[in-house]
Amino acid sequence: MMAPRRTERLVALIILAALLFTPPLILLVDRPVGGLSWLAAYLFAAWALVIGLAAWLLERGPKE
Amino acid sequence: MDSELSVIVAAFGYLALLFVIAAWADRRARQGRSVIASPFVYTLSIAVYCTAWTFYGSVGRAADAGPSFLLIYLGPTLAMLSGPLIIRKMVRIARAQRITSIADFISARYGKSSRLGALVALIALIGITPYIALQLKAITLSHAVLMHYPVASSVATSASSFLSDKSFWVALVLAVFIMLFGTRHLDASERHEGMVAAIAVESLVKLVAFLAVGLFTVFMLFDGPADLFARAAAQPQLQQALSLSAVPGGALGWIGTLLLAFLAFLTLPRQFQVLVVENVDERHLLRASWLFPLYLLIINLMVIPIALAGLLLTGTGSDPDSFVLTLPLSAGREGLSLFVFIGGLSAATGMVIVETIALSTMVSNQLVMPLLLRATPISRRLRGDLSGWLLGIRRIAIALILLLGYLYHALIGDAYSLVTIGLVSFAAVSQFAPALLLGLYWRGACGLGAGLGMLAGIAVWSYTLLLPGFAQSGWLPMSFVEQGLYHLAWLRPYALFGLDGLDIYSHSLLWSLMANIGVLVGVSLFTRQNRLEQTQAALFTGALTEGIDTASLWQGQTTRGALRDLLKRYLGGTATTRVLATADASDHTTGMEAGASTTDGENVAAMDASASPQLIARAEQALAGALGSASARVLINSVVRGEALDMEAVLRILDTTSQTLEYNRRLEQKSRELARIGEELRGANERLRELDRLKDEFVAMVSHELRTPLTSIRAFAEILRDSQDMPDDKRAQFLEVVVLESQRLSRLIEEILDLARLESGRLTLHPKPLDLVALTRQSLAAVQHPIEERGVHLEAIIDLDEAQVIGDPDRLEQVIINLIDNAAKFAAELSPHVLLRLERRQGQVRLCVEDNGPGIAAEERERVFEKFHQLEQQGVASGHSRGRPRGSGLGLPISRGIVSQLGGRLWVEDAATLDGASLIMELPDAPRETQAP
Repeated sequence: MMAPRRTERLVALIILAALLFTPPLILLVDRPVGGLSWLAAYLFAAWALVIGLAAWLLERGPKE
Repeated sequence: MDSELSVIVAAFGYLALLFVIAAWADRRARQGRSVIASPFVYTLSIAVYCTAWTFYGSVGRAADAGPSFLLIYLGPTLAMLSGPLIIRKMVRIARAQRITSIADFISARYGKSSRLGALVALIALIGITPYIALQLKAITLSHAVLMHYPVASSVATSASSFLSDKSFWVALVLAVFIMLFGTRHLDASERHEGMVAAIAVESLVKLVAFLAVGLFTVFMLFDGPADLFARAAAQPQLQQALSLSAVPGGALGWIGTLLLAFLAFLTLPRQFQVLVVENVDERHLLRASWLFPLYLLIINLMVIPIALAGLLLTGTGSDPDSFVLTLPLSAGREGLSLFVFIGGLSAATGMVIVETIALSTMVSNQLVMPLLLRATPISRRLRGDLSGWLLGIRRIAIALILLLGYLYHALIGDAYSLVTIGLVSFAAVSQFAPALLLGLYWRGACGLGAGLGMLAGIAVWSYTLLLPGFAQSGWLPMSFVEQGLYHLAWLRPYALFGLDGLDIYSHSLLWSLMANIGVLVGVSLFTRQNRLEQTQAALFTGALTEGIDTASLWQGQTTRGALRDLLKRYLGGTATTRVLATADASDHTTGMEAGASTTDGENVAAMDASASPQLIARAEQALAGALGSASARVLINSVVRGEALDMEAVLRILDTTSQTLEYNRRLEQKSRELARIGEELRGANERLRELDRLKDEFVAMVSHELRTPLTSIRAFAEILRDSQDMPDDKRAQFLEVVVLESQRLSRLIEEILDLARLESGRLTLHPKPLDLVALTRQSLAAVQHPIEERGVHLEAIIDLDEAQVIGDPDRLEQVIINLIDNAAKFAAELSPHVLLRLERRQGQVRLCVEDNGPGIAAEERERVFEKFHQLEQQGVASGHSRGRPRGSGLGLPISRGIVSQLGGRLWVEDAATLDGASLIMELPDAPRETQAP
């Protein structure tokens, strides 16, 4: 069900997601632009990106 | 809203609808047409994670603590992404060992220890009861807001007495619902299809309700998101609302809460229930791994707009936890408010249903049953069918758990906000994570260490979160929180050992996990596991290795009759028959045992026969599905003599299995290579055979062709030899025939040699630049006379002054003459006409030779280039009778060979101007300047 290569890619994606969701990366975007912080918008965008990547990775046929 | 009746009708109508859906799904499941066998339903059932806490509390947390509410959902996103790795392993183990709850899972991992199971069940009970109370509180609060707006909800609820307290009735209705669908039968797998279907519907309802109120806020109360954010940004007190500085504990607190949510998602009993126990097909995990995070993202999209709108529009005194309700109420939208109330109700009831089922399974299997079994006099007295008892125990457990939740809510629930209770529960169940996750990957983790670790962790949790909570409710003096136990500053619960600056949850999680993992690892490193523990550890850590059959590891001895009696007592008659029948079916296929009938008419001999290892294993699995693995182990040991599982055998099998897998993989690779090579060889062989057949045909044809002129030469020579008195003119005529046939013979031989050289690649051409126009004119001159003598009209249209190509002049001339000769042969019988055209087209020099003959059908066009093709045709056709010189049928194949060796092409088309066929030769144009020096 999980080809070794796909497992490796999934692990890399999990690490990427963990990095995107935690400091210090989120400190970079925690700046007020026009009054409110961009942090929440950034989190939603990163979240959507991670979900998109996961969908792409897991929905492709298990070809290696 | 003033119509209390309509609210009650809507709420109870909604619960009734859930009943109907669950009943329908259960009926479908019985008919074998499961409605929940889909990754989408699986995903929606996992969304039971989003409780009333999400529905009402997220907005409250966003208003108080900025974007940190997202962490509660980013953690599960990470956990779900790793689902194909971690959760799949748990699903595989749970299926193989018939595990029914997280307590059962941890107990089974550490040698089916009943003490460990009981500990996990107790911790879960303590940790989760407040969480259930939270849901009841949310229902009551939202109902009060709905009924008494704009009076503050705390004022409205304070006066309610026991019987008029809505949450009591809600708890009662839920208890009935859960008893009906959670404990309908003692299924070995403990799946609840009806419940899962109802939960999936609830997840949809709460999502739609939340989106509805979000869209209403953004587009009806404000002019779209831009307007809302612009107005929020204009408020100075909201400037910091969305930044990290609003998050308690700052950056470290951020990581702590993320980790807390990650661990809790995997260890919450209800999540274990829907993720692992209710999983129908482990392939559903793949899709759910991204679909569930998507659900979380969507349900959270509207949280910030609602929170900002609530802060902007309602006064400072209002409770952010009920913004979701007060916003539509303040706008007078009662229909929408009712819908939102139903959404919140669905979020709360979904959680209560699943959590209570999971907890009641734990309580009955890990707490009550082991005690019952240990107290042997009691279990002896309960002769006969115990399966009814089991269900009864579970139903009582459900009622007690809900009662406990209600009492908690009624007595101390008011002291906490929604988020607080939720996170306290999260921190409690996170104590299962070390035992669970380390147990999955580290074979050395031992039961004693896991138990002590959890005890240490839960002790720290109690000290740092639970007791201070009691203090805040007024049950303990506040000085305990502010100055520490016995006024020792380093024992302050919120700053243990002086660790300050973290939020209370991260602080508690840090210390409790540190104690938990430290004790677990430390004790495990210095303890010996017993044999069963080693076996289970090996089975759990190696769960994803294919081909482990635990059944073959059994060595115990018992009779079929004893097993049957045991099963019948605890599972009832029908379930026993089913278990024995499936075990028999697999026995027959493996040929382990002589087939003995298990129907009611089975004879005494069959009952006395010894049970096969497979049967014993299946019996234990069936019991584990109903009673938990620890109790099942005790029961099986009571009838099985001898050592049941052999550790050495398990380890050997695990090791050999992984080795075998590796060998298998290599072998598969090799055999794939071999298959590919075999395929190539077969292809080559086919080609060789074909060539061999062609060669045979060729030899036969050549012999035939050579014999014809030879026969005629010999015949005429014999006539000349035998008829001395032949007239001179006759003799001359015969001699002429002999000469002609000899010429034909030698031409034929010449052509055969050419062909042989061509095919073997030994035909040496001498390519050099030449002018095809000059060559064509030269060839025309050579054939003009003989052709026209045969009455053929030969016409040439040469538009070019010169056409430089690279070629062997002799061979090319041979080709051109052959083409003209060929065309002349096939031209019409009346007024035969041959047209030669030389032109330049797209960098190629093209020579067409057309005739006005019958033409060549499309499917025949490639065949004229086969050897001797023309012969076959002409032997039958009338060409011979016209007295034209016969061709050998080798001209065209030779011509094509020569042309393609020169880099050109030769093919047949319909004639452009005449009626017949056109043979076209194309050679690449080689202008003079490019091939200088």
